[in-house]
Amino acid sequence: MKTFLETVLAEADYQPVRLLKILRAVQAHYRHIPETAIDILTDKLNIPRTQIIAVVEFYSFLHSTPQGRYDILFSDSITDRMQNKESLLSYAAETLKVKVGEVRKDELVSLNNTSCTGMCDQGPAGLINGYPLPRLDRPKIDTIAALIEQETPLIDWPAELFQVEETLYKPGLLLTQPFSNGDAIKATFNRGLTETLAEVDLSNLRGRGGAGFKTALKWRTCAVQAATPRYVICNADEGEPGTFKDRMLLNLYADQVFEGMTLCAAIIGSTQGLVYLRAEYLFLYEKLQKILQNRRDQGLLGSNILGQAGFDFDIEIRMGAGAYICGEASAQIESLEGKPGIPRTKPPNSVICGYLRKPTVVDNVETFFATTHIAIKGGQWFADVGTPQSTGSKLLSISGDCARPGIYEYPFGTRISEILSDCGAEEVMGVQIGGPSGTFISNRELERTLAFEDLSSAGSFMVFNKTRNIFDIVQNFTEFFAHESCGFCAPCRVGTSLLKNQLNKIIDGHGSAVDMEKLSEICLIVKNFSHCGLGETAANPILTTLASYPELYVEQLKRSGFSPGFNLDATLAIARHLTQRDDSGAHLSQQVEN
Amino acid sequence: MSGTLTIDDQTIPFSDGQTIIEAARTAGVYIPHLCHRPGYTPHGSCKLCTVKVNGRTCSACTFPAAEGQKVVNNSEELQEARLRITQMLFVEGNHFCPTCEKSGNCELQAVGYHLNMLDNHFPHFYAHRKVDASHPDILIDHNRCIFCNLCVRASRESDGKDVFGIAGRGIHKRLIVNSPTGQLKDSNISVEDCAVQVCPTGAILVKRTGYKTPIGGRIYDQHPISTIACKKRETDAT
Ligand code: SF4
Ligand code: SF4
Ligand code: FES
Repeated sequence: MKTFLETVLAEADYQPVRLLKILRAVQAHYRHIPETAIDILTDKLNIPRTQIIAVVEFYSFLHSTPQGRYDILFSDSITDRMQNKESLLSYAAETLKVKVGEVRKDELVSLNNTSCTGMCDQGPAGLINGYPLPRLDRPKIDTIAALIEQETPLIDWPAELFQVEETLYKPGLLLTQPFSNGDAIKATFNRGLTETLAEVDLSNLRGRGGAGFKTALKWRTCAVQAATPRYVICNADEGEPGTFKDRMLLNLYADQVFEGMTLCAAIIGSTQGLVYLRAEYLFLYEKLQKILQNRRDQGLLGSNILGQAGFDFDIEIRMGAGAYICGEASAQIESLEGKPGIPRTKPPNSVICGYLRKPTVVDNVETFFATTHIAIKGGQWFADVGTPQSTGSKLLSISGDCARPGIYEYPFGTRISEILSDCGAEEVMGVQIGGPSGTFISNRELERTLAFEDLSSAGSFMVFNKTRNIFDIVQNFTEFFAHESCGFCAPCRVGTSLLKNQLNKIIDGHGSAVDMEKLSEICLIVKNFSHCGLGETAANPILTTLASYPELYVEQLKRSGFSPGFNLDATLAIARHLTQRDDSGAHLSQQVEN
Repeated sequence: MSGTLTIDDQTIPFSDGQTIIEAARTAGVYIPHLCHRPGYTPHGSCKLCTVKVNGRTCSACTFPAAEGQKVVNNSEELQEARLRITQMLFVEGNHFCPTCEKSGNCELQAVGYHLNMLDNHFPHFYAHRKVDASHPDILIDHNRCIFCNLCVRASRESDGKDVFGIAGRGIHKRLIVNSPTGQLKDSNISVEDCAVQVCPTGAILVKRTGYKTPIGGRIYDQHPISTIACKKRETDAT
């Protein structure tokens, strides 16, 4: 083990910030993180063993007990469930003779669920030893089972099992732009750095990761900080269930993303960039490394980039290890420093005090992609599209009940109904916009628009038709948040688990009227008192469906549970307040049991 | 920078670098808290100290005081939420106050009294947690840990040791000990350490000191936490 660890440590330059990289290598080799490895790493990296244990326990893809030599995970997104994932999982368990959540006695195979793997357009999907298995069906599971029993190395498996498709149904403003490597960097230097930042400002581009912070303002704030070095981080931890547009961008447009990072570096004065790539996208790692190498060879990364004396910048890819919370910028920074992904306290913001406590710009993949084209075409070109508050276009990952799931690009301000007809959605019951942390809209609200000022989305767009049960959706999302809560703060740590149990009680038909009251009450605490965005949005699936379909919740209640002292309509006041609705659909008359 | 701010209409001074909770404490205004202790790096995890600052929800223990801030602390809405959060902490672990050695000296219990907590309100998780009695002088009853991180900080910041850590995710959080076996006896903790004294609940106890002060005569049996917490306490970091 010592020699193996020495190699791994050497590859990581003995840097504790690369702890995840080191542990991922140990996990891949020993199928878990053995105690002895922890001892050695504590010693060699000079960090407390508690830090290593905390990291191992925090990330879903690191384990303290051995997993199977073939470790299979089924993506448990709601869209996977809608594509028969549950029955396939049972079939896999039966075929492979292993229980879900367990390791087979001979340690050949282990099987479990995992949060959305970013393949909702080609589900039901799985992962085997970290590599994607899209479009699973029974014949494929038979094939996989046979390969496993024969102990065929993964490298010799048929490539089509792993084939990820990128279907661009509607390329728009950005996806159709011509581009050659270096175009944006040249444009930036020809125009001037300050002038290019002014163009980004003029474009009114807002961060595509969800929060919608103005990009130019973030860059400018970072650039004026006295502290150095400054860092550029590309957030490729696309973990929101139902989103996969960053996967597509990195798969097909990586150069344009890296170029956006590079011009950001020029503007803010940074020499080091990091890409935080979600563990589920391991299949992209080698490809991206090659692209980076190619860019170095072309003089687009490294020293004196494109002949600009003194402009040095390079990019390192660091992999996550399975934690949704690491999509939050400060949690991501913690993770990049080799720690559990726990969101930091603000102030100070990461722009001022980020990676290694230095000024840091963290932007989404799509944001960097957009800045590349803004640098080439100018800010006005971008600002002319969309709405005044939401300029430009937005990439959507469309999945669920529609004929054409895949990638779409729309100008902001597009109506939801138009998007639904483009993707071939019929008999729509509702749409989840922005993933579980976003908003559920019913089919009465389809004339609303895609925009920061109406329905904002980091990219997830899940369609549900009228055959779907709303509680299947809410239950899946609520379980997701309880599973992904980092556990740092009390309201979210305890509250998301309470919510899950309370919701299940009602769904299972054991809830009485007072349980509805408690459900709303927990929602409110979790939403208003949590430390970060995860907790703030974890109650959204319940709150938004409660607002759209109060009658369905009421139908779930035990009839005998109605007590005269309980005012149903008053209970919904919280939900009305939070969703800012007061229409008739958000009110209930007290139902009297006969 | 120094100046004044108001908390519930009372004007109080603050000095450069103070957080809202510290400015309040210095002025004798109690803001409920569990994961905060003067002198230690603020943590901001229990959320009991949540206040409204100019209408915005903030943690008083981490938020910097600034000139002219209007802070709402003692509103019905906030007290109600604090009560619910405290109840969440009670149902998350296993707290049987009548049989706990810390009863009367326990901040969690005292905060419960302060908030008029009469029941646990939420269903219990009945978590399976262990007791580590391995150390000759110190006992850890994990059933009572609320993950306030104070022992972690005290060990690192005051004792210079790093005996404790918090691992796990979500509801599976757990306190861990920095020793090859994971047991306290194999760590370098000693009974004089600040980390041993700082625990706000009965999770870390010193052996053979039990019931020296009889129940009824203990700190919060005598005085409500709202009057004690503003004074300097033994467990404050220096
Ligand atoms: S809100 Fe949830 S995810 Fe965010 S810090 Fe608190 S426990 Fe962690
Ligand atoms: S043992 Fe005590 S001090 Fe340490 S985290 Fe738990 S409750 Fe806090
Ligand atoms: S005392 Fe402020 S969050 Fe705990």
